[in-house]
Amino acid sequence: MKRNMTCIACPLGCSLTVEYSEGLDDVTVTGNRCAKGEVYAREEILAPKRTVTATVSLTAGELSRLPVRTDRALEKELIADLLTELYRIEVSAPVAPGDRVLTDFRGTGVNVIATRRCGSRSDE
Amino acid sequence: MKIRRIDVLVIGAGASGLTSAIKLAEMGYEVSVVERENTLGGILNQCIHSGFGLHYFNEELTGPEFADRLIGLLPDALYLAPNATVDRLIDDENGLGALVFSPESGITRYSSRAIVLAMGCRERNRGNIHIPGSRPSGVYTAGLAQRLVNIEGYIPGKDVVIVGSGDIGLIMARRMSWVGAKVHCVVEIQPYPSGLTRNIVQCLNDFNIPLHLSHVVTKINGNDRVQSVEISPVSREKERGPGSFTVECDTLLLSVGLVPENELTRKFGIAMNHETSGPKVDSRLMTSKPGVFACGNVLHVHDLVDYACEEAERCAKGVDEFLRGVAPETGGPVVSGANVRYVVPGAYNPGSDNRFYLRPMIVKNKSRLSVRAGEVEIYGKNLPHVQPSEMVEATLSKDALKACSGQTLEVRIE
Repeated sequence: MKRNMTCIACPLGCSLTVEYSEGLDDVTVTGNRCAKGEVYAREEILAPKRTVTATVSLTAGELSRLPVRTDRALEKELIADLLTELYRIEVSAPVAPGDRVLTDFRGTGVNVIATRRCGSRSDE
Repeated sequence: MKIRRIDVLVIGAGASGLTSAIKLAEMGYEVSVVERENTLGGILNQCIHSGFGLHYFNEELTGPEFADRLIGLLPDALYLAPNATVDRLIDDENGLGALVFSPESGITRYSSRAIVLAMGCRERNRGNIHIPGSRPSGVYTAGLAQRLVNIEGYIPGKDVVIVGSGDIGLIMARRMSWVGAKVHCVVEIQPYPSGLTRNIVQCLNDFNIPLHLSHVVTKINGNDRVQSVEISPVSREKERGPGSFTVECDTLLLSVGLVPENELTRKFGIAMNHETSGPKVDSRLMTSKPGVFACGNVLHVHDLVDYACEEAERCAKGVDEFLRGVAPETGGPVVSGANVRYVVPGAYNPGSDNRFYLRPMIVKNKSRLSVRAGEVEIYGKNLPHVQPSEMVEATLSKDALKACSGQTLEVRIE
Protein backbone atom coordinates (compact mmCIF):
# COMPACT_ATOMS: atom_id res chain seq x y z
CA MET A 1 0.00 0.00 0.00
CA LYS A 2 1.07 3.58 -0.64
CA ARG A 3 0.27 6.86 1.06
CA ASN A 4 1.36 10.47 0.38
CA MET A 5 1.72 12.84 3.27
CA THR A 6 3.31 16.14 4.28
CA CYS A 7 5.86 15.96 7.06
CA ILE A 8 4.99 18.19 10.03
CA ALA A 9 8.29 17.78 11.91
CA CYS A 10 9.49 21.25 10.88
CA PRO A 11 8.30 24.22 8.76
CA LEU A 12 9.96 22.84 5.57
CA GLY A 13 7.05 20.40 5.14
CA CYS A 14 8.61 17.70 2.91
CA SER A 15 6.25 15.72 0.67
CA LEU A 16 6.64 12.09 1.75
CA THR A 17 5.66 8.88 0.03
CA VAL A 18 5.21 5.91 2.34
CA GLU A 19 4.97 2.36 1.00
CA TYR A 20 4.00 -0.36 3.43
CA SER A 21 2.89 -3.98 3.53
CA GLU A 22 -0.46 -5.22 4.84
CA GLY A 23 0.94 -6.21 8.22
CA LEU A 24 2.84 -2.89 8.56
CA ASP A 25 6.10 -4.76 9.15
CA ASP A 26 7.77 -3.38 6.03
CA VAL A 27 7.58 0.44 5.78
CA THR A 28 9.61 2.45 3.23
CA VAL A 29 9.72 6.26 3.32
CA THR A 30 10.91 8.47 0.45
CA GLY A 31 10.91 12.24 -0.11
CA ASN A 32 12.22 13.15 3.38
CA ARG A 33 15.17 15.52 3.66
CA CYS A 34 16.14 14.39 7.16
CA ALA A 35 15.79 11.52 9.63
CA LYS A 36 12.87 13.19 11.43
CA GLY A 37 10.76 12.71 8.30
CA GLU A 38 11.28 8.95 8.38
CA VAL A 39 10.29 8.75 12.07
CA TYR A 40 7.24 10.94 11.46
CA ALA A 41 6.04 8.86 8.49
CA ARG A 42 6.44 5.55 10.36
CA GLU A 43 4.56 6.87 13.36
CA GLU A 44 1.87 8.36 11.15
CA ILE A 45 1.22 4.89 9.67
CA LEU A 46 1.59 2.91 12.90
CA ALA A 47 0.34 5.23 15.65
CA PRO A 48 0.03 8.95 14.82
CA LYS A 49 1.19 11.31 17.56
CA ARG A 50 0.93 15.04 18.25
CA THR A 51 2.37 17.51 20.75
CA VAL A 52 -0.53 19.03 22.66
CA THR A 53 -0.62 22.60 23.96
CA ALA A 54 -3.43 23.91 26.17
CA THR A 55 -4.04 25.98 29.30
CA VAL A 56 -5.01 24.95 32.83
CA SER A 57 -6.67 26.89 35.60
CA LEU A 58 -4.27 28.86 37.80
CA THR A 59 -5.06 29.97 41.32
CA ALA A 60 -3.37 32.54 43.54
CA GLY A 61 -1.36 33.90 40.60
CA GLU A 62 -1.10 37.13 38.62
CA LEU A 63 -2.66 35.23 35.70
CA SER A 64 -5.83 33.15 35.56
CA ARG A 65 -4.68 30.60 32.95
CA LEU A 66 -1.38 28.77 32.80
CA PRO A 67 -0.20 27.61 29.36
CA VAL A 68 1.07 24.01 29.28
CA ARG A 69 2.39 21.44 26.77
CA THR A 70 3.14 17.76 26.59
CA ASP A 71 6.88 17.08 26.89
CA ARG A 72 6.68 14.73 23.88
CA ALA A 73 4.11 13.78 21.27
CA LEU A 74 1.05 11.87 22.48
CA GLU A 75 -0.99 9.24 20.58
CA LYS A 76 -3.66 11.12 18.68
CA GLU A 77 -6.52 9.00 20.01
CA LEU A 78 -5.64 9.96 23.61
CA ILE A 79 -5.65 13.73 22.98
CA ALA A 80 -9.35 14.26 23.75
CA ASP A 81 -8.98 12.43 27.09
CA LEU A 82 -5.87 14.41 27.98
CA LEU A 83 -7.65 17.71 27.26
CA THR A 84 -10.62 16.66 29.43
CA GLU A 85 -8.19 15.86 32.22
CA LEU A 86 -6.31 19.16 31.78
CA TYR A 87 -9.46 21.25 31.94
CA ARG A 88 -10.14 19.73 35.39
CA ILE A 89 -6.68 20.50 36.78
CA GLU A 90 -5.97 23.52 38.96
CA VAL A 91 -2.40 24.68 39.49
CA SER A 92 -1.36 27.02 42.25
CA ALA A 93 1.17 29.83 41.69
CA PRO A 94 4.12 30.32 41.82
CA VAL A 95 5.02 28.22 38.81
CA ALA A 96 7.92 28.16 36.33
CA PRO A 97 8.36 26.78 32.80
CA GLY A 98 9.15 23.06 33.01
CA ASP A 99 7.20 22.44 36.23
CA ARG A 100 5.20 19.19 36.02
CA VAL A 101 1.46 19.63 35.85
CA LEU A 102 0.65 16.00 35.07
CA THR A 103 2.94 12.96 35.26
CA ASP A 104 2.95 9.87 33.01
CA PHE A 105 -0.49 10.30 31.45
CA ARG A 106 -2.21 6.88 31.25
CA GLY A 107 1.09 5.04 31.38
CA THR A 108 2.28 6.58 28.07
CA GLY A 109 5.31 8.21 29.68
CA VAL A 110 4.01 11.59 28.46
CA ASN A 111 4.17 14.40 31.03
CA VAL A 112 2.50 17.78 30.87
CA ILE A 113 4.66 20.79 31.81
CA ALA A 114 4.05 24.49 32.41
CA THR A 115 5.37 26.85 29.71
CA ARG A 116 5.06 30.20 31.48
CA ARG A 117 6.39 31.75 34.68
CA CYS A 118 3.87 33.17 37.09
CA GLY A 119 4.45 34.60 40.55
CA SER A 120 1.98 34.50 43.43
CA ARG A 121 -0.43 37.39 43.70
CA SER A 122 1.02 38.23 47.12
CA ASP A 123 4.46 38.75 45.51
CA GLU A 124 3.33 42.14 44.22
CA MET B 1 7.28 66.32 35.13
CA LYS B 2 10.02 63.80 35.74
CA ILE B 3 12.89 63.60 33.29
CA ARG B 4 14.79 60.35 32.75
CA ARG B 5 18.07 60.65 30.86
CA ILE B 6 19.42 57.47 29.29
CA ASP B 7 21.40 56.28 26.30
CA VAL B 8 18.68 54.32 24.50
CA LEU B 9 14.90 54.18 24.81
CA VAL B 10 13.28 51.00 23.49
CA ILE B 11 9.55 51.21 22.80
CA GLY B 12 7.83 47.82 23.21
CA ALA B 13 8.81 44.77 25.28
CA GLY B 14 7.92 42.09 22.75
CA ALA B 15 10.48 39.79 21.17
CA SER B 16 12.20 42.53 19.14
CA GLY B 17 12.24 45.18 21.86
CA LEU B 18 13.59 42.79 24.48
CA THR B 19 16.26 41.40 22.14
CA SER B 20 17.55 44.82 21.12
CA ALA B 21 17.48 46.01 24.76
CA ILE B 22 19.45 42.94 25.93
CA LYS B 23 22.10 43.45 23.24
CA LEU B 24 22.43 47.20 23.91
CA ALA B 25 22.68 46.67 27.67
CA GLU B 26 25.38 44.03 27.06
CA MET B 27 27.33 46.65 25.12
CA GLY B 28 27.27 48.85 28.22
CA TYR B 29 24.56 51.34 27.33
CA GLU B 30 21.99 52.58 29.80
CA VAL B 31 18.71 51.32 28.36
CA SER B 32 15.03 51.77 29.29
CA VAL B 33 12.20 49.70 27.86
CA VAL B 34 8.66 51.07 27.97
CA GLU B 35 5.77 48.67 27.49
CA ARG B 36 2.02 49.27 27.23
CA GLU B 37 1.04 45.94 28.87
CA ASN B 38 1.94 45.04 32.42
CA THR B 39 3.73 41.85 31.30
CA LEU B 40 6.81 41.38 29.13
CA GLY B 41 6.99 39.24 25.99
CA GLY B 42 4.26 40.81 23.87
CA ILE B 43 2.33 38.57 21.52
CA LEU B 44 4.49 35.53 22.38
CA ASN B 45 2.54 35.05 25.61
CA GLN B 46 -0.69 34.23 23.81
CA CYS B 47 0.95 31.98 21.20
CA ILE B 48 0.92 28.90 23.43
CA HIS B 49 1.55 26.48 20.52
CA SER B 50 5.04 25.28 19.69
CA GLY B 51 7.16 26.05 16.64
CA PHE B 52 9.20 29.00 17.90
CA GLY B 53 12.93 29.22 18.47
CA LEU B 54 14.23 26.64 15.96
CA HIS B 55 16.69 29.22 14.55
CA TYR B 56 17.30 31.54 17.50
CA PHE B 57 17.56 29.02 20.36
CA ASN B 58 18.12 25.86 18.23
CA GLU B 59 15.20 24.25 19.97
CA GLU B 60 11.44 24.07 19.42
CA LEU B 61 9.62 26.16 22.03
CA THR B 62 6.15 27.52 22.68
CA GLY B 63 5.62 31.30 22.62
CA PRO B 64 5.62 31.76 26.42
CA GLU B 65 8.79 29.64 26.73
CA PHE B 66 10.51 31.76 24.08
CA ALA B 67 9.49 34.93 25.95
CA ASP B 68 10.71 33.47 29.24
CA ARG B 69 14.13 32.74 27.70
CA LEU B 70 14.44 36.35 26.56
CA ILE B 71 13.24 37.72 29.92
CA GLY B 72 15.86 35.51 31.61
CA LEU B 73 18.56 37.25 29.54
CA LEU B 74 17.58 40.75 30.69
CA PRO B 75 20.38 42.31 32.73
CA ASP B 76 19.45 43.73 36.17
CA ALA B 77 20.63 47.19 35.21
CA LEU B 78 17.98 47.51 32.53
CA TYR B 79 15.12 49.84 33.46
CA LEU B 80 11.70 48.40 32.61
CA ALA B 81 8.56 50.53 32.63
CA PRO B 82 5.53 48.28 32.14
CA ASN B 83 2.00 49.64 32.01
CA ALA B 84 3.41 52.72 30.27
CA THR B 85 2.07 54.33 27.11
CA VAL B 86 4.16 56.49 24.81
CA ASP B 87 2.14 59.51 23.80
CA ARG B 88 4.60 60.94 21.33
CA LEU B 89 8.23 61.08 20.28
CA ILE B 90 9.95 64.38 20.88
CA ASP B 91 12.98 66.27 19.57
CA ASP B 92 13.47 69.56 21.40
CA GLU B 93 16.00 71.48 23.53
CA ASN B 94 16.27 68.41 25.81
CA GLY B 95 17.20 66.33 22.80
CA LEU B 96 15.57 63.22 21.38
CA GLY B 97 13.06 61.40 23.55
CA ALA B 98 9.46 60.56 24.30
CA LEU B 99 6.58 61.56 26.52
CA VAL B 100 5.43 58.51 28.51
CA PHE B 101 2.33 58.09 30.68
CA SER B 102 1.79 55.44 33.34
CA PRO B 103 -0.49 55.11 36.39
CA GLU B 104 2.52 54.36 38.61
CA SER B 105 4.88 57.13 37.51
CA GLY B 106 2.59 59.74 35.99
CA ILE B 107 4.14 61.64 33.09
CA THR B 108 7.82 61.07 32.39
CA ARG B 109 9.92 62.80 29.77
CA TYR B 110 12.52 60.33 28.51
CA SER B 111 15.56 61.93 27.01
CA SER B 112 17.79 59.53 25.09
CA ARG B 113 20.58 59.59 22.53
CA ALA B 114 18.80 56.96 20.43
CA ILE B 115 15.36 55.34 20.20
CA VAL B 116 14.47 51.80 19.05
CA LEU B 117 10.94 51.48 17.71
CA ALA B 118 9.67 47.95 18.46
CA MET B 119 5.90 48.41 18.73
CA GLY B 120 5.00 45.33 16.69
CA CYS B 121 1.90 45.09 14.54
CA ARG B 122 -1.86 45.08 14.72
CA GLU B 123 -4.49 42.85 13.12
CA ARG B 124 -6.53 43.86 10.10
CA ASN B 125 -10.23 43.65 10.92
CA ARG B 126 -13.70 43.49 9.40
CA GLY B 127 -13.53 47.11 8.25
CA ASN B 128 -10.36 46.40 6.27
CA ILE B 129 -11.94 43.63 4.18
CA HIS B 130 -15.44 45.13 3.85
CA ILE B 131 -17.71 42.19 4.77
CA PRO B 132 -21.33 43.29 4.22
CA GLY B 133 -24.21 42.42 6.56
CA SER B 134 -25.36 43.30 10.03
CA ARG B 135 -23.06 44.09 12.95
CA PRO B 136 -23.83 41.50 15.62
CA SER B 137 -21.46 40.39 18.38
CA GLY B 138 -19.41 37.30 17.65
CA VAL B 139 -17.04 38.77 15.04
CA TYR B 140 -13.47 38.72 16.35
CA THR B 141 -10.02 39.02 14.92
CA ALA B 142 -8.20 35.69 15.35
CA GLY B 143 -5.53 37.18 17.58
CA LEU B 144 -8.11 38.69 19.92
CA ALA B 145 -9.87 35.32 20.17
CA GLN B 146 -6.46 33.73 20.85
CA ARG B 147 -5.88 36.16 23.70
CA LEU B 148 -9.36 35.54 25.16
CA VAL B 149 -8.89 31.75 25.11
CA ASN B 150 -5.23 31.45 26.08
CA ILE B 151 -4.76 34.31 28.54
CA GLU B 152 -8.14 35.46 29.82
CA GLY B 153 -9.69 31.97 29.80
CA TYR B 154 -12.86 32.82 27.87
CA ILE B 155 -14.21 30.82 24.94
CA PRO B 156 -15.59 33.33 22.44
CA GLY B 157 -18.07 30.96 20.75
CA LYS B 158 -19.08 27.38 20.03
CA ASP B 159 -19.77 27.25 16.29
CA VAL B 160 -16.97 28.90 14.41
CA VAL B 161 -16.15 29.95 10.84
CA ILE B 162 -12.66 31.29 10.16
CA VAL B 163 -11.76 33.75 7.39
CA GLY B 164 -8.16 33.50 6.17
CA SER B 165 -5.87 30.48 5.99
CA GLY B 166 -2.76 32.21 7.31
CA ASP B 167 -0.98 30.48 10.14
CA ILE B 168 -2.87 32.39 12.86
CA GLY B 169 -6.21 31.32 11.37
CA LEU B 170 -5.08 27.69 11.13
CA ILE B 171 -3.64 27.64 14.67
CA MET B 172 -6.93 29.06 15.96
CA ALA B 173 -8.91 26.37 14.09
CA ARG B 174 -7.05 23.74 16.13
CA ARG B 175 -7.20 25.73 19.35
CA MET B 176 -10.97 26.26 19.11
CA SER B 177 -11.43 22.54 18.32
CA TRP B 178 -9.34 21.61 21.36
CA VAL B 179 -11.46 23.79 23.68
CA GLY B 180 -14.58 22.02 22.46
CA ALA B 181 -15.91 24.37 19.77
CA LYS B 182 -16.99 23.14 16.36
CA VAL B 183 -15.00 24.76 13.57
CA HIS B 184 -17.20 24.48 10.47
CA CYS B 185 -14.75 25.66 7.84
CA VAL B 186 -11.92 28.01 6.87
CA VAL B 187 -12.56 30.41 3.99
CA GLU B 188 -9.62 31.64 1.88
CA ILE B 189 -9.88 34.23 -0.91
CA GLN B 190 -6.72 33.02 -2.68
CA PRO B 191 -6.65 29.82 -4.77
CA TYR B 192 -3.95 28.41 -2.45
CA PRO B 193 -3.63 28.24 1.35
CA SER B 194 -1.49 31.03 2.75
CA GLY B 195 -0.27 29.14 5.84
CA LEU B 196 2.39 26.44 6.06
CA THR B 197 1.43 23.01 4.76
CA ARG B 198 2.31 21.48 8.12
CA ASN B 199 -0.38 23.67 9.71
CA ILE B 200 -2.93 22.59 7.10
CA VAL B 201 -2.13 19.00 8.11
CA GLN B 202 -2.09 19.33 11.88
CA CYS B 203 -4.69 22.09 12.34
CA LEU B 204 -7.29 21.31 9.64
CA ASN B 205 -6.88 17.76 8.31
CA ASP B 206 -6.53 16.28 11.82
CA PHE B 207 -9.97 17.71 12.66
CA ASN B 208 -11.60 17.19 9.23
CA ILE B 209 -12.13 20.93 8.88
CA PRO B 210 -12.90 21.87 5.26
CA LEU B 211 -10.86 24.62 3.57
CA HIS B 212 -12.76 26.59 0.92
CA LEU B 213 -10.17 28.11 -1.42
CA SER B 214 -11.13 30.99 -3.77
CA HIS B 215 -14.10 31.78 -1.49
CA VAL B 216 -15.09 34.82 0.55
CA VAL B 217 -17.65 35.58 3.25
CA THR B 218 -20.21 37.74 1.43
CA LYS B 219 -22.65 38.38 4.29
CA ILE B 220 -22.89 38.19 8.06
CA ASN B 221 -26.42 37.46 9.36
CA GLY B 222 -27.72 37.97 12.91
CA ASN B 223 -29.07 40.76 15.12
CA ASP B 224 -27.59 40.46 18.61
CA ARG B 225 -25.27 37.56 17.81
CA VAL B 226 -23.91 36.09 14.59
CA GLN B 227 -26.41 33.48 13.35
CA SER B 228 -24.93 32.51 10.02
CA VAL B 229 -22.57 33.62 7.30
CA GLU B 230 -22.92 33.44 3.56
CA ILE B 231 -19.90 32.08 1.72
CA SER B 232 -19.44 32.57 -2.03
CA PRO B 233 -16.89 31.61 -4.63
CA VAL B 234 -14.77 34.50 -5.86
CA SER B 235 -16.21 35.82 -9.09
CA ARG B 236 -16.31 39.03 -11.05
CA GLU B 237 -20.12 39.16 -10.78
CA LYS B 238 -21.49 41.69 -8.35
CA GLU B 239 -24.52 39.57 -7.46
CA ARG B 240 -24.35 36.46 -5.37
CA GLY B 241 -23.34 33.90 -7.94
CA PRO B 242 -23.97 30.16 -8.20
CA GLY B 243 -22.12 28.13 -5.61
CA SER B 244 -22.95 30.37 -2.62
CA PHE B 245 -23.93 28.63 0.58
CA THR B 246 -24.84 29.53 4.14
CA VAL B 247 -23.18 28.15 7.27
CA GLU B 248 -24.88 28.49 10.65
CA CYS B 249 -22.43 29.68 13.29
CA ASP B 250 -22.23 32.00 16.29
CA THR B 251 -18.67 33.19 15.78
CA LEU B 252 -16.60 34.50 12.89
CA LEU B 253 -12.83 34.74 13.35
CA LEU B 254 -10.89 36.98 10.99
CA SER B 255 -7.28 36.11 10.22
CA VAL B 256 -6.80 38.58 7.41
CA GLY B 257 -3.35 40.00 7.84
CA LEU B 258 -1.24 42.20 10.07
CA VAL B 259 -0.20 45.85 9.75
CA PRO B 260 2.81 47.41 11.50
CA GLU B 261 1.65 49.76 14.25
CA ASN B 262 3.25 53.07 13.33
CA GLU B 263 1.07 55.88 14.71
CA LEU B 264 4.00 57.22 16.78
CA THR B 265 6.33 56.95 13.82
CA ARG B 266 4.02 58.82 11.45
CA LYS B 267 3.18 61.51 14.00
CA PHE B 268 6.92 62.15 14.37
CA GLY B 269 7.21 62.79 10.62
CA ILE B 270 9.38 59.75 9.83
CA ALA B 271 9.37 58.71 6.14
CA MET B 272 7.27 55.58 5.53
CA ASN B 273 7.56 52.67 3.10
CA HIS B 274 4.12 52.11 1.58
CA GLU B 275 4.80 48.48 0.66
CA THR B 276 5.67 47.41 4.22
CA SER B 277 3.63 50.05 6.14
CA GLY B 278 6.79 50.41 8.20
CA PRO B 279 9.35 53.22 8.25
CA LYS B 280 12.00 53.49 5.53
CA VAL B 281 15.35 52.43 6.96
CA ASP B 282 18.98 52.52 5.88
CA SER B 283 21.47 49.64 6.06
CA ARG B 284 21.73 50.06 9.88
CA LEU B 285 17.91 49.99 10.26
CA MET B 286 17.91 53.73 11.05
CA THR B 287 14.82 55.68 9.96
CA SER B 288 14.80 59.06 8.21
CA LYS B 289 15.15 60.65 11.68
CA PRO B 290 18.79 60.38 12.86
CA GLY B 291 18.99 58.32 16.05
CA VAL B 292 15.60 56.63 15.61
CA PHE B 293 15.84 52.94 14.64
CA ALA B 294 13.21 50.25 14.00
CA CYS B 295 13.11 46.46 14.11
CA GLY B 296 10.69 43.54 14.21
CA ASN B 297 7.06 43.70 13.15
CA VAL B 298 6.88 47.49 13.34
CA LEU B 299 9.36 47.57 10.47
CA HIS B 300 7.72 44.82 8.38
CA VAL B 301 5.62 41.81 9.35
CA HIS B 302 7.78 38.73 9.95
CA ASP B 303 6.65 35.08 9.68
CA LEU B 304 8.98 33.86 12.41
CA VAL B 305 9.89 35.43 15.74
CA ASP B 306 13.39 34.04 15.18
CA TYR B 307 13.85 36.40 12.23
CA ALA B 308 12.47 39.34 14.23
CA CYS B 309 15.05 38.65 16.98
CA GLU B 310 17.88 38.39 14.46
CA GLU B 311 16.81 41.75 13.02
CA ALA B 312 16.65 43.26 16.53
CA GLU B 313 20.27 42.17 17.16
CA ARG B 314 21.29 43.84 13.92
CA CYS B 315 19.37 46.94 14.97
CA ALA B 316 21.30 47.03 18.27
CA LYS B 317 24.56 46.94 16.29
CA GLY B 318 23.32 49.85 14.20
CA VAL B 319 22.47 51.86 17.32
CA ASP B 320 25.91 51.12 18.74
CA GLU B 321 27.66 52.39 15.60
CA PHE B 322 25.50 55.50 15.61
CA LEU B 323 26.27 56.24 19.26
CA ARG B 324 29.99 55.71 18.68
CA GLY B 325 29.80 58.13 15.75
CA VAL B 326 30.75 55.48 13.18
CA ALA B 327 29.24 56.47 9.85
CA PRO B 328 28.25 53.52 7.64
CA GLU B 329 29.78 53.23 4.22
CA THR B 330 27.05 54.21 1.82
CA GLY B 331 26.67 51.61 -0.93
CA GLY B 332 23.42 52.56 -2.58
CA PRO B 333 19.72 51.78 -2.61
CA VAL B 334 18.25 48.26 -2.75
CA VAL B 335 14.99 48.07 -4.69
CA SER B 336 12.42 45.35 -5.35
CA GLY B 337 12.29 44.04 -8.90
CA ALA B 338 10.11 41.45 -10.62
CA ASN B 339 7.86 39.38 -8.29
CA VAL B 340 9.18 40.98 -5.12
CA ARG B 341 6.73 43.01 -3.00
CA TYR B 342 9.43 44.59 -0.82
CA VAL B 343 12.97 44.22 0.43
CA VAL B 344 14.18 45.45 3.84
CA PRO B 345 16.42 47.34 4.42
CA GLY B 346 16.26 49.52 1.33
CA ALA B 347 19.97 50.34 1.31
CA TYR B 348 23.28 48.49 1.65
CA ASN B 349 26.58 49.03 3.38
CA PRO B 350 29.60 47.67 1.51
CA GLY B 351 31.62 47.78 4.73
CA SER B 352 30.17 44.50 6.03
CA ASP B 353 28.00 41.47 5.17
CA ASN B 354 24.39 42.58 4.74
CA ARG B 355 21.24 40.58 5.44
CA PHE B 356 17.98 41.32 3.64
CA TYR B 357 14.44 40.06 4.11
CA LEU B 358 12.07 40.11 1.18
CA ARG B 359 8.49 39.19 0.44
CA PRO B 360 7.64 37.33 -2.81
CA MET B 361 4.53 38.26 -4.81
CA ILE B 362 4.08 34.89 -6.52
CA VAL B 363 3.55 31.21 -5.78
CA LYS B 364 6.11 29.13 -7.65
CA ASN B 365 8.14 25.96 -7.36
CA LYS B 366 11.80 25.89 -8.41
CA SER B 367 12.25 29.64 -8.54
CA ARG B 368 15.42 31.67 -8.23
CA LEU B 369 16.38 34.74 -6.28
CA SER B 370 18.65 37.11 -8.16
CA VAL B 371 20.28 40.33 -6.98
CA ARG B 372 21.63 42.51 -9.77
CA ALA B 373 23.72 45.62 -10.13
CA GLY B 374 22.73 46.78 -13.59
CA GLU B 375 22.90 43.63 -15.75
CA VAL B 376 25.39 41.84 -13.52
CA GLU B 377 24.12 39.26 -11.06
CA ILE B 378 26.06 39.71 -7.80
CA TYR B 379 24.09 37.14 -5.80
CA GLY B 380 21.75 34.29 -6.68
CA LYS B 381 20.17 31.33 -5.00
CA ASN B 382 17.66 28.66 -5.91
CA LEU B 383 14.42 28.61 -3.95
CA PRO B 384 12.56 25.26 -3.97
CA HIS B 385 9.23 26.99 -3.31
CA VAL B 386 8.13 30.60 -2.89
CA GLN B 387 4.79 32.04 -1.78
CA PRO B 388 3.78 35.48 -0.48
CA SER B 389 3.28 34.25 3.07
CA GLU B 390 6.86 32.99 3.35
CA MET B 391 9.57 35.60 3.77
CA VAL B 392 12.87 35.01 1.94
CA GLU B 393 16.24 35.76 3.49
CA ALA B 394 19.42 36.69 1.60
CA THR B 395 22.84 37.48 3.03
CA LEU B 396 25.18 39.30 0.68
CA SER B 397 28.89 39.23 1.40
CA LYS B 398 30.99 42.32 1.98
CA ASP B 399 33.15 41.40 -1.03
CA ALA B 400 30.18 41.13 -3.41
CA LEU B 401 28.85 44.48 -2.16
CA LYS B 402 32.25 46.22 -2.36
CA ALA B 403 32.50 45.30 -6.02
CA CYS B 404 29.29 47.11 -6.93
CA SER B 405 29.38 49.98 -4.45
CA GLY B 406 27.61 53.11 -5.64
CA GLN B 407 25.19 51.20 -7.83
CA THR B 408 21.51 50.42 -7.21
CA LEU B 409 20.80 46.77 -6.40
CA GLU B 410 17.65 45.17 -7.77
CA VAL B 411 16.23 42.06 -6.12
CA ARG B 412 14.02 39.80 -8.22
CA ILE B 413 12.48 36.36 -8.16
CA GLU B 414 12.24 34.50 -11.45
